[in-house]
Amino acid sequence: MTDIASLKSGLLADIAAAATLDAVEGLRVGALGKQGVVTALLKTLGGMSPDERQTQGPAIQDLREAVTAAIAERKGALEQAALDARLADERLDMTLPADIGPQGSVHPVSQVMDELAEIFADLGFSVATGPEIEDDWHNFTALNIPETHPARAMHDTFYFPDETARDGKKMLLRTHTSPVQIRTMLEQKPPIRIIAPGRVYRSDSDATHTPMFHQIEGLVIDRGITLGHLKWTLETFLKAFFERDDIVLRLRPSYFPFTEPSVEVDVGYTLVNGQRVIGGSGNDKDGGWLEVLGSGMVHRKVIEACGLDPDEWQGFAFGTGVDRLAMLKYGMNDLRAFFDGDLRWLRHYGFSALDVPTLSGGVGA
Amino acid sequence: MKFTLSWLKEHLETDASLDTVLDTLTRIGLEVEGVDNPAEKLGAFRIAKVLTAAPHPQADKLQVLSVDAGANFNNGGPLQVVCGAPNARAGLVGVFGMPGATVPSNGMVLRVAAIRGVESNGMMCSFRELELGEDHDGIIELAADAPVGQIYADWAGLDDPVIDVSITPNRQDCMGVRGIARDLAAAGLGTLKPLAQVYRMESLTPIAGDGPAPDVRTDDPEGCPAFYAQNVSGVTNGAAPKWMADKLKAIGQKPISVLVDITNFVSIDLGRPLHVYDRATLTGPLVARLAKDGEQVLALNGKTYTLDDSMTVIADDAAVHDIGGIMGGEHSGVSETTTDVLIECAYFTPEAIARTGQKLALTSDARQRFERGVDPAFLDDALAIATKLVIDHCGGSPSAITRAGQPPVAPRSVSYDPAYALALAGVDVPKTTQKAILESLGFPVTITGGGTEMRDGMPFDTPEGWSVGVPSWRRDIDGPADIVEEVVRIHGLDNVPSTPLPRAPGVAKPTATQAQLVERKVRRTAAARGLSEAINWSFISEKEAAAVGGGDWTLANPISEDMKVMRPSLLPGLLSATRRNADRGAASVRLFEVGRRYFADGERATTGIVMAGEKTARDWRSGKAQAFAAHDVKAEVLTLLAAAGAPVGNLQAFGEASGAYHPGQSGTLRLGPKTILAEYGVLHPATAKQFGLSGTVVAAELFLDAIPGKRKSGFMRAPYAPPALQAVKRDFAFLVPETLEADALVRAIRGADKKAIVDARLFDVFSGPGVDAGMTSLAVEVTLQPGEKSFTDEELGAISAAVVKAAEKLGGTLRG
Repeated sequence: MTDIASLKSGLLADIAAAATLDAVEGLRVGALGKQGVVTALLKTLGGMSPDERQTQGPAIQDLREAVTAAIAERKGALEQAALDARLADERLDMTLPADIGPQGSVHPVSQVMDELAEIFADLGFSVATGPEIEDDWHNFTALNIPETHPARAMHDTFYFPDETARDGKKMLLRTHTSPVQIRTMLEQKPPIRIIAPGRVYRSDSDATHTPMFHQIEGLVIDRGITLGHLKWTLETFLKAFFERDDIVLRLRPSYFPFTEPSVEVDVGYTLVNGQRVIGGSGNDKDGGWLEVLGSGMVHRKVIEACGLDPDEWQGFAFGTGVDRLAMLKYGMNDLRAFFDGDLRWLRHYGFSALDVPTLSGGVGA
Repeated sequence: MKFTLSWLKEHLETDASLDTVLDTLTRIGLEVEGVDNPAEKLGAFRIAKVLTAAPHPQADKLQVLSVDAGANFNNGGPLQVVCGAPNARAGLVGVFGMPGATVPSNGMVLRVAAIRGVESNGMMCSFRELELGEDHDGIIELAADAPVGQIYADWAGLDDPVIDVSITPNRQDCMGVRGIARDLAAAGLGTLKPLAQVYRMESLTPIAGDGPAPDVRTDDPEGCPAFYAQNVSGVTNGAAPKWMADKLKAIGQKPISVLVDITNFVSIDLGRPLHVYDRATLTGPLVARLAKDGEQVLALNGKTYTLDDSMTVIADDAAVHDIGGIMGGEHSGVSETTTDVLIECAYFTPEAIARTGQKLALTSDARQRFERGVDPAFLDDALAIATKLVIDHCGGSPSAITRAGQPPVAPRSVSYDPAYALALAGVDVPKTTQKAILESLGFPVTITGGGTEMRDGMPFDTPEGWSVGVPSWRRDIDGPADIVEEVVRIHGLDNVPSTPLPRAPGVAKPTATQAQLVERKVRRTAAARGLSEAINWSFISEKEAAAVGGGDWTLANPISEDMKVMRPSLLPGLLSATRRNADRGAASVRLFEVGRRYFADGERATTGIVMAGEKTARDWRSGKAQAFAAHDVKAEVLTLLAAAGAPVGNLQAFGEASGAYHPGQSGTLRLGPKTILAEYGVLHPATAKQFGLSGTVVAAELFLDAIPGKRKSGFMRAPYAPPALQAVKRDFAFLVPETLEADALVRAIRGADKKAIVDARLFDVFSGPGVDAGMTSLAVEVTLQPGEKSFTDEELGAISAAVVKAAEKLGGTLRG
């Protein structure tokens, strides 16, 4: 009895004092290994009388369990201490910078074109395109702008040399997206609802004009379409685009050869800290009007030129500058910067790849 | 088109305020571009009299004046003013700027100050200082009886707002003040005064004199269908009367001489250009005819124009005197010595004027009016007015009138259904209102039918028909839509009700085309990869175009040499943008553009990429900054092609990129041997140099139009269940000739057992010690996918053998 008790207390003391995992392992082998003292004691049980075993057995079993538990506990404590020490050793300065990779951006013109496509899709307009190198029939003649019309001179057209003419038609850079109207009416049967965004060109360059810019054209041809529908469409579009309900339009009679009646559209703005913010009536205090759209009812001659019967089909068309819409919505003030490719500007005014305009999320970003 | 409020009121009897006039102008389509009242800047300038003038004690060119500026100053006592004007003298009545006043011409605020030691209490002003003219030779001299102390602008009638309106090309009638007044009267702003009353005439009848009528004729009835003329003999050509000079000055026109000013005044007042010839300079009859090819004329602007035989001119036996309807000749113009004049009032065909003006690149007030089409029925009246003005202000006696040719005055009318206003404009304007609007604009309305008549003993409702006469001054009107526009613009566009477009039932349908979807995906993927989207000019210089193979389209009239050729590649624009960024100190440039390339056979959707400078900046983890390399741009190309829906797994890598690239570090990706989807690589050093770039620049173009469209077969995907058994990986290393392209080996390995081998990935390339010269070691990881059962050793052996065999066909040997 005393032997076992003293053996136990001795082993437990040794285990508790073991400083390393190796020492613990040595003690385990010495106690519980094949040649271990505890193992040896266990082996003596077989030679004992039942009475002896009755008394000795539990004591020996108790010794084995106590030693096993003490070893496991000591081993766990030492492992934990070792891990703690290693982790303490692995400390990093987490304030050091992490490279998040290059940041790209989507150009505001592309973003606004996507916004417009989203808004007009909801109104049932599909997107049409046409060539930028056009002939003068599509760009002018079919739009009721004959050769001697003063409006041709107003357009500051870029021309290609006479020898590039096709079927006797002079080639030029389209001065507006309106030729897409013609191409659409020639190719599709009404009813038609399209928008046509794209690059257009005028021989003009100053602080507010660049020789290349972006327009978006809208065209609706159907039965019974009136100027009232045009008014609603433009109001609805501008409210959706600027995401404001206080958009006020001012329609002014104007002149475009391809529409009759023709209407120019101003939108009211309010001066806020020196910035023009779209919204409110231009007649209000601190208010003013900005011309944003040209529009009108498609001229009978244009409808006829496209092979449609103007007594059956009528509709409206409108056009506006995409760059200008972007400037008004997002506050850029220099058109030339749009085409400079300055990374600093692109990052500041550009959009994240995931700023995809949606109706549920809002078209603006 | 500029005019003053008082000028407008010469034609329009109205009580309307300035604001009402301005609002109405814009509302009816005569957009107000600006309004300026010169008196607003001149409130602090009063009429003053110089009492005494004495030499300045310290300066030869200055005088010390004592000035009476009225009771408001110095209790009516004299003020001491130092003045440098040579005409300053006792007794002169001029304009005095009091201390505190701002001089309009230079923004200087006047104050009491010592000038060379003598106190000065304000300034006597010149016309130029007040922005009332160019005269700066001396101070303003007014009539001796001008009321001292009164605000000068009030006395001089300068309190008259100048209104600037933009006239659209269809409204030639509003290129004269009278036409604007007519529109305003129709819009309810007053009544239009009779023209005879405006010109203080009994009636508008020709002023026929006794002398022989001028010898004029038209030999070009197409270009100049009518040439009316009248002589006035014995005139004196001095300064224009004050009222006329004031009006012209107010709108920024410089008075020249009364004869010239009369033509300018009538042109602006009535939209009717005239021309006055000095008869002493003419030889023989004056004829409207086509010019001869190469004929020249020195025009009034001092420039010589060479004409061709499509242009109408006015010429005598000796020379051309007028580019008909556009600009007069220097030689036959009137001068202060002119005594006998011929007044021309002609009608020129608008199309001919437009063509000639465009060819000569010559603009003038006359061209602006004639090419829009002046009133062809307003020749006799205009001549009467002109002759009256000449006689009134220059004296002389008129001759009989010559009326050569016939102006195109055939009456025109439009048959119109008043219901069309509602059908086209969506606004219901009562018939009576429509009729009143049209008649006030000068469109007579004749209504037929609309009643009940007996036919065969039965009552029958006859349909109402409107015939709307078109006034001679409204050349632009030619159909019922034009009539609707007239009605609606006067009735007010504000009254057009906003009407919702009919909406298709249900949720809006997708509308974007396949090409648009591809562009959007490429754009947003590129932005997500860290590239910034630029938009560059579609036109580049000839030199830049040559660097990328030359362009098919060169502008005939470029805005500059830098913007001349339609780009055949997106690279020049991107490379120039890269250089600008580098010049601004950008260490790393990643740019892309989505746009078109322009070729003889069409415009092709393209994405361009340029990356230059640092791929990664120096960093505490990665060490030194890294430059871009060829395969960095290949990674972008493959990612974007995949985003665009290209079958990236089936693409073949070829060489043969364009000459803009490094010949050994560039390539193309093709679908089959002919269809090139992309080209990419390191830029050729010569190309980089041409665009001012140093260091390694990598670039690519993706030819979006060559990517085959996805066949839309519904949303259902092919059925798929992940295999139950795990894939097995085996590595192979082959020694291959160094000329063998890695892609060929990888493809061959993939093809060795198309069923079992699902992937082969090259992971190591090595040449050097242990590898024979001329050879390369390529290591490939092959992924094998078992089907129902695991591979047996025999099967694995057979696959390995097939892989080795495939490599051997390409000259490869398995490394031991």
